[in-house]
Amino acid sequence: MESYALRDISFEIQDGEFIGLIGHTGSGKSTLIQHLNGLMRPSSGTVYFNGEDIFGAGYDLRALRGKVGLVFQYPEYQLFETDVLADVKYGPKNMGLSDQEAEERAKEALALSGLSEDFWTRSPFELSGGQKRRAAIAGVLAMEPQVLILDEPTAGLDPRGRDEILETVSQLHKSRHVTIILVSHSMEDIARYADRILVLNEGNLQYFDTPKRVFKYYRELEKMGLSAPQITYLMHGLRDEGIDVDTSIGTIEEAREEILRIYEKNRIKD
Amino acid sequence: MLRDITIGQYYPVDSPIHRLDPRVKLAGTMVFLISLFVTSGIAAYVLATLWLGTLIYLSRVPFRFITKGLKAILILLIISVSFNLFLTEGRPIFRIGFLTMTWEGLSLAFFMAVRLIYLVIASSLMTLTTTPNQLTDGLEKGLGFLKRFSVPVHEISMMMSIALRFIPILIEETDKIMKAQTARGADFESGNLIQRAKSMVPILVPLFLSAFRRASDLAMAMEARCYHGGEGRTKMKPLRYEKRDRIAYGIMVIYFVLMLCTRFLPF
Repeated sequence: MESYALRDISFEIQDGEFIGLIGHTGSGKSTLIQHLNGLMRPSSGTVYFNGEDIFGAGYDLRALRGKVGLVFQYPEYQLFETDVLADVKYGPKNMGLSDQEAEERAKEALALSGLSEDFWTRSPFELSGGQKRRAAIAGVLAMEPQVLILDEPTAGLDPRGRDEILETVSQLHKSRHVTIILVSHSMEDIARYADRILVLNEGNLQYFDTPKRVFKYYRELEKMGLSAPQITYLMHGLRDEGIDVDTSIGTIEEAREEILRIYEKNRIKD
Repeated sequence: MLRDITIGQYYPVDSPIHRLDPRVKLAGTMVFLISLFVTSGIAAYVLATLWLGTLIYLSRVPFRFITKGLKAILILLIISVSFNLFLTEGRPIFRIGFLTMTWEGLSLAFFMAVRLIYLVIASSLMTLTTTPNQLTDGLEKGLGFLKRFSVPVHEISMMMSIALRFIPILIEETDKIMKAQTARGADFESGNLIQRAKSMVPILVPLFLSAFRRASDLAMAMEARCYHGGEGRTKMKPLRYEKRDRIAYGIMVIYFVLMLCTRFLPF
């Protein structure tokens, strides 16, 4: 029995964008992102990076993997070195950098990832789950990728760890203009950070648009086993009660402003 | 490359062979293997081919699934055939340098190859038609008499079934780790032997760690469900011989006797 994992998928991502990739389990998210750095080869079709076909003859895939960093799900299971710093140096060293350059990059990446300096010389296996994950993400950041793809970087973390990791990613996007592709189950997270959302459903590209426009299809999203953010449902509830709010809102901050705006307007009317 | 491993692969269809008691299939495989090695001559091999063909037909497993296992022994096969071809004394056919091919070597090589191929096909047929659980159940019950000599039969079979169960999981895990390290620029293909061996470290360390973690999780889960070894343990589906199993044993005996009879044939 053969079936398509992905089909009829065509999209373009601009430099410096923050893309949220969302889809139900088995919708092809992980498969899709593995095509973006050439780990998987499409049976038909191709992938272009800065206008070049990455599966073309003579294209240096290893160099590409330094430019398109991919952080897998549960990246802490890929740690192997005797201390954290050495593990983070693995990526830059594979890119052919000298030991000193690799060390500089590793330190910078670790600082970016928010792992406190006390842990850098410890064995990665002594760290807690959240710290391990930071170390593993630093391992990809140390290659200084132009595009960073993260496959559910917050899975299995507590709420605080989750917020910290997402904040780090958002900082990278803002201060270093790294293009981010964030795979997530959580519409809340994606609504907060993403410029555009890519919705996959059973291997097909369903929507690729701004969060506000995608959340308009919340009924369709539900049919795919997804949902709009909780707050969007609240806005719909308010609309049903006859309060004229914007129902495409996806974050709590926006919702607060919208409700305050309506409240002010009504008060002036009275 | 890793996906070619066929050990413990089960082909789920309903067939008379699938329904047999695993002990019958284990015994049947043994009988077939012995019958191959105690006989020689055209008649014996024709009979063995017919027997194997009938079993494959009855099992409803597609033929290409069964021959998958042959890839693994291809090199062994080539070596043993060429050794037999050129190193057997007898009437020469032709010679290349110091190598002489003989008629005796040709016939020996041919029968050797057939034996090896049938051996692999027969054991593949058994694993393809028996789930790993049934297989270990069959072994446990079939070798139960060894308990009297204080052989821990239950423990061994439990270890076997866990090992079999973990093969696909660890293969998947290896695949994941390899991909993750490739994404960090790892290179497993180029370099000399030592460099390549070194490049395996970033795969092996996480793989071992994950195997240990899974093993300790599994041990914990088993203890939490009060597993304490084979003593006094009952089974949901105890193995019991049915009529069809007895018939199968009967047919097996007839086959074996016929095979032995071919020894008295002149060809």
